[in-house]
Amino acid sequence: MNSSSAPAALPATTPAVPSKPSAQKPRQLRKYHRREQRAGWAMLGPALLLLLLFVFVPAMLAFGLAFTNARLISPNPPTFAGLDNFVRLFADEGFYRSLLNVAYFAVIVVPLQAGVALIMALLVNAKVRGVNFFRTVYFLPVVTSMVVVSLLWLFIYRQDGLLNEIITKLTFGAVHGPDWLNNTATAMPAIILMSVWQGAGFHMIIWLSGLQTISAELYEAADIDGVGRWQRFRYITWPGLSSTRSLILITITIQALSLFTQINVMTQGGPLDSTTTIVYQAVRAGFKQQETSYASAISLVFFALVLIISGVQRYLTREKS
Amino acid sequence: MAAATATLPGRNQTINARIQQKDSRVMNTHFKRFLTASLTAAALVGSMAACGTGGGNSKDGANGELTLWTHNAGNPDELASIQSVVDAYNQSQSKVKVKVQAFPQDSYNDSVVAAASANKLPCIVDIDGPNVPNWAWSKYLTPLKLSADLSQNLPSTLGKWNGQTYSFGYYDVALAMLARASDLKAAGIRVATVDKPWTKDEFESALAALKRLGKWDNPLDLGTSGTGEWLPYAYSPFLQSFGGDLINRKDFQSADGALNGDKAVEWANWFHGLIAKGYAAQKSGKDSTADFLNNKSAIVYTGSWAADKARTALGDDLVVMPSVDLGNGPKIGGGSWQWGVTTGCKNPDAAMDYLSFSLKPENIAKVAKATGTIPATDAAAALVPGYEPTGKNRVFLDFSKKSAVLRPETPAYPFIATEFGKAAQDIISGADPKQVLDKAVKNIDSNIKSNNGYKS
Repeated sequence: MNSSSAPAALPATTPAVPSKPSAQKPRQLRKYHRREQRAGWAMLGPALLLLLLFVFVPAMLAFGLAFTNARLISPNPPTFAGLDNFVRLFADEGFYRSLLNVAYFAVIVVPLQAGVALIMALLVNAKVRGVNFFRTVYFLPVVTSMVVVSLLWLFIYRQDGLLNEIITKLTFGAVHGPDWLNNTATAMPAIILMSVWQGAGFHMIIWLSGLQTISAELYEAADIDGVGRWQRFRYITWPGLSSTRSLILITITIQALSLFTQINVMTQGGPLDSTTTIVYQAVRAGFKQQETSYASAISLVFFALVLIISGVQRYLTREKS
Repeated sequence: MAAATATLPGRNQTINARIQQKDSRVMNTHFKRFLTASLTAAALVGSMAACGTGGGNSKDGANGELTLWTHNAGNPDELASIQSVVDAYNQSQSKVKVKVQAFPQDSYNDSVVAAASANKLPCIVDIDGPNVPNWAWSKYLTPLKLSADLSQNLPSTLGKWNGQTYSFGYYDVALAMLARASDLKAAGIRVATVDKPWTKDEFESALAALKRLGKWDNPLDLGTSGTGEWLPYAYSPFLQSFGGDLINRKDFQSADGALNGDKAVEWANWFHGLIAKGYAAQKSGKDSTADFLNNKSAIVYTGSWAADKARTALGDDLVVMPSVDLGNGPKIGGGSWQWGVTTGCKNPDAAMDYLSFSLKPENIAKVAKATGTIPATDAAAALVPGYEPTGKNRVFLDFSKKSAVLRPETPAYPFIATEFGKAAQDIISGADPKQVLDKAVKNIDSNIKSNNGYKS
C-alpha cells in the first residue's frame, strides 16, 4: 500500500525564502530590491486595477448607497436618508427569519459537507486502480451549474418524484414521502441535502491536495511502529491537515452564508419564508422591488456578519506557536 | 510562508525579522497610497453614476437610423413578424431606417435599465404593459403622438399614465378555463359561457363533482407553480371579482382597505380553500397545459396562448370557458407587451411615424398570428384565422372586451406585484390571510410614501 517512492508526497517544508546575500553591499541590495519591487507592482497592476474597478469600487458604492434612498428606476436623484434603511431592516421580521434560516443551513452544512468531502477524499486517496474514475464521478456535480442541479433536484423532490418513488418502493408502499419543497418542515433539509451533494466534490479536491502534502515517511514510520488505522488518522493525517482544515472551514462557511441560487430556482424563499435567505432578500429587494438602497443596506449588514464570523473562525483556527 | 521562515535557524532569523520590519513599513505607505487611490476612484465612479439617471441624452436617431429594442429573441416567430413589419416600413420610405435589436426576455428589463443609466436608450422599446407607468414616471418614455387612430384598439392594449398614452400593443392575451366537454358532461356540469359564467357556488359544486369522479387528484390546475408576474396576473383578477383590489385606484396612494379589507380576506379564504379541499394542488406541475392534455387535471386555468395546442390535441372536445364570477363579474388581467418611444430619442417624429405605420391592420394581424394572441383591433382580428367573428378563438376577444382589468396604472406597480405575489404564495401555503395581507399593505404603503407618492 505505502510504496516509499511516491513522488507526489514531497515534504512540505521546502524553504520558500531564498538565501540572503551578505550585508556587505547594502546599496546594491537596495537597488536590486527596488527594481524587484517595481517589477512586482507592474505585474500586480493589471489584476489590481480590475479588482479595484469590479470588486472594490462596487462594494464601496453599495455601502454608500445604503445610506441613501436610491432606487433602481427613478426620475429623482438619490438623497441622503441616514439610517432609515437600517431602521427598516432591523424592524423587518423577514430579515430575522432569513438570518435564522441561514444559520440553520450553515450549522448543518459546514460540518456535513466538510465531513463527507473528507471521507470521499480519504477513499479516493487510496492507491488502487480506477481511482481517477471515482475522483471524476465525485467531482461531476461541482462542474455542473448550480441552476441545472437545482432544476434536476426540483423534479427529484416532487410529490411523485424520484425520491418519493424510491421511498415507496423500499418500504413496500408503507411510506409515502412528503412534497419535500412545499412543506415548511422538509424544504430546508431538502435543500441542505442537495447543496452538500453538489458542493462536497469541490472540497474533496481540497482535502485531497492536503492529504498529498503529508509526508509518506510519516506513514512509513507509523507502519514500522505498528499503529492502527484510527491512530494513523488521528495522529498523522488529522494534524497534517490543519491548514487545509481552516481553509475548508472558512470557504464552506462563506459559501453557506451566501446561499442563494438553490433558493431562487427551487423555492423562492417559500413555503411561508421557511427557506428565505439574506442574499435572496437582498436580490429581491434590489432587482424585483427596485429598492437599491435597501438591498445595499442588507448587503452591508451581510458583509459585516461574514467578516465577523470569518474573523472569529480565523482566530479559533489560528496557528498557535 | 510564515511557517517556512520560522524554520530558518540562528542568525538568519534576525536578518529576516529586520527585513520583515522594513517590508511592513513599505507595505504601510503602499497601503495608504492604495487606499487613497481607491477612494478617489470610488468617488469618481460615484459621481458619474449620480448623473446617470433618466434617458435624457441618447444619441439614437440622430443620423437617420432608429434602433428598436424588443424582448423576443427567444421567440423566433414573434421576432420574425416584428422584423417583417420593420422591413416593410424601411421599404415604404427612404428618410429613416429602423434597426431591430432583440434581447432574451429574462434580461430585457435589466438591459433597458442599464441603457437608461448610461444614456444609451434606443428610440423605440417594447415594454410589458404593467411597467409602462413606472417607465413613464422615470422619464424613460415620452407620450405618444401618433397619426394613427388608437381608439379602435382594445383598451387593455394601451399603456396610460397621468392622463397620457405612452404605449400601445399589437395584441393582448386573455385568461380562461379550458376543459373537456366529455368530462363536464360526465360530472353533470353545464358549460360556462361569456354571457353566463359560473358563479362561485356553481364553481364550487363543479369542482366537487369532478373530484367525486375520482379521475384526478386535483381536478383544477391553477398554475400554482408559476412565479413572478404570473402571480398577480393570474390571481389578482379573482381578488377583483370578489370586490377587492391591489390598491385604491382613486389616487393610488394606499392599498389599505383594498388589499386587506373584508372582500380581500374573503378572497384569500376562498383561494386557500381550493387548495385545502384538494381541488387544486399546492404546487402544480411545471407545464399546466401538458398536464391537462395528459389528463392530470380536468380544468386548467391558463391564458389564451394555450388554446391552439389544446385544440389540436382535443379537437371538438375542448371547451373554452370564461373565468368565474365571484361576485362582481368574471375578471381577467389585461395588458401584454407594448411599444413606446424613449425621451432621449433624437428623432421622435420618425419613431412616431414608424409606430403609426406599424398599426396597419395587416401588421397587427401578422404579429398576432405569429404569437397566437388576440389582435388589438377588430380590423386586424378579421385577418387572423380563428379571430374572425365566427372563429374558434373569437371568444378570447370577447373575454378581453368584457372582463379585462388593467393592473393598477401606477409607477408603484412593480413593487405591488412582488408583494402581492408573495402574499398569494403564502396564502396558498396556508398562512393566516389577514396577517399576510396586512403585511403586504404595510410594505406597499411605506414604499409609496418613501417615493413621495410616485407623483410626476
